Amino acid sequence: MYLSSRARWAIRFVMVIGLAFIYVPLAVVLINSFNASTVFAWPPQQFTLHWWSDVWSNAGVRDAILTSVKIGLISTRVAMVLGGLLAFALSRYTFFGRQTLSLLVILPIALPGIVTALALRTAFRTILSVELSIWTVVIAHSTFCIVVMYNNVIARLRRMGTSLEAASMDLGADSFTTFRRVTFPLLRGALLAGGLLAFGLSFDEIVVTLFTAPPGVTTLPIWIFQNLFRPNQAPVVNVVAAALVLLSIVPIYISQRLAGDSTGGGRM
Amino acid sequence: MATAADTVAAPRQSVRRRVSAYLFRSRRTRLTALLTLPMLWLVVIYFAAVFSLLATALFSLDSFTSAVVRTLTLANFRAVFTEPAYWRATGQTVTVAASVTVLCIALGLPMAFYMAKVAQGRSRGVLIALVITPLWASYLVKVYAWQAMVQPGNGVIAWLGKPFGLQGPGLGMVAVILTLTYLWLPYMVLPIYAGLERMPDSLLEASGDLGGRPWRTFRSVVVPLVYPSIIAGTIFTFSLSLGDYITAQIVGGKFQMLGNIVYQNYAANLPFAATIATIPVIIMVIYLALVRRTGALDNL
Repeated sequence: MYLSSRARWAIRFVMVIGLAFIYVPLAVVLINSFNASTVFAWPPQQFTLHWWSDVWSNAGVRDAILTSVKIGLISTRVAMVLGGLLAFALSRYTFFGRQTLSLLVILPIALPGIVTALALRTAFRTILSVELSIWTVVIAHSTFCIVVMYNNVIARLRRMGTSLEAASMDLGADSFTTFRRVTFPLLRGALLAGGLLAFGLSFDEIVVTLFTAPPGVTTLPIWIFQNLFRPNQAPVVNVVAAALVLLSIVPIYISQRLAGDSTGGGRM
Repeated sequence: MATAADTVAAPRQSVRRRVSAYLFRSRRTRLTALLTLPMLWLVVIYFAAVFSLLATALFSLDSFTSAVVRTLTLANFRAVFTEPAYWRATGQTVTVAASVTVLCIALGLPMAFYMAKVAQGRSRGVLIALVITPLWASYLVKVYAWQAMVQPGNGVIAWLGKPFGLQGPGLGMVAVILTLTYLWLPYMVLPIYAGLERMPDSLLEASGDLGGRPWRTFRSVVVPLVYPSIIAGTIFTFSLSLGDYITAQIVGGKFQMLGNIVYQNYAANLPFAATIATIPVIIMVIYLALVRRTGALDNL
């Protein structure tokens, strides 16, 4: 073996430190949600389940979750269509400006979030003179969700090749039948993985949302952000935070089942 | 007269069939159909937006009516360049982004190496899942968690350090760096892991056979080979840190990054906020131009 035992222990040590670095803060969030104290105090002196039952009946949280889910689902649909079309165009055709376009597609997530956010807000307010609404948020979210859909679909298209489609056409199927019976079923996994990712991205987005949402449209991240600095809301925020930490296992589980195209569980 | 073509039954000539045949023949029509919608969306909504933001940076604000005056001027850029406070904010932001990047490499490279080359079979899969899972946890929740970690006095780090006589970092630049490192660490580990996985183990063994000690093998074999992957990771950590302002708002105390200045000014003086917002874009473009040669951009 090429590693001395000392080197092996050193690396294992860093790995353990790294995992502790990742999980200690998340554990703190979980433990804190049972903290009986209404103000932050570490270590907790007493534990209670009271705050968890409180959140169930909290209308603000419920509305925020519904708004987030609604925005996430619509944005994902829009991004799925647009990102899918782009992936087909860029992987199957060569045309003038293709290289440039493939670089431009990733700009919405490559540029710092505040730049995308301010740019979209400026466009909505000063250039198009549109009132901000839930739809401006949807448009903004779709714009950066396109990138992840595009990435997932293009990765699948590259691996898939065109021979199966050619075979289908040789056997007499027209373009539409081939798409419905061959191409689409092969793409379904990538579309689902990308959709999961796009939804996750939209559900979690705060910077662009803050800039494109009018007062009154409150997504879950905006709700958390607004209540973060209100001392009497701390227990409820703690519970919401803990619930979100626990929920993050769900997409990992689904994406493992889907066996996506990238190592990041598709998250990058 | 009968030819060979007659023996093959002609396909049904329905409208659908004809459209399909036309599409098959006409590459241009297919391409237009594919590109029109996404191009309209990206160009009309996004690029127009970014372009207008950059244009707004060249506009000025009427001091009397507070309306944006649409005449080109470099006054905003002059104001930013001649004011030391903005140089300081830029310097602080770049320092934070660079520190976060260095910390992510220092922690992420050994972690990725352990995952790719030391862990075997099942434990490797578990480790990957353990590194990915926090990516799905909410961004705000993670920053919130660090607020609890770094709190001066009763924070978790202060509590852990108390037996050793250590204090917590408190709110400020160190807290921002720690939190951002925490947020972007997986974006460094995963590209490096992918790079290391592509690298054959035999290279490491060859280096060992030739007398290379672990450190020498690491320096002369591993690092040069995964260099593009490391650079790919730094693009994420650097860019994401440059544009962040929520973290500084929550755990930064009085510490400010460029994003905070944009956030505070966009409502009152949009042209000025737009000017500040172009600074991270310029820095990022310079950085991308510098690393382009390493081939890292193909690894994104």
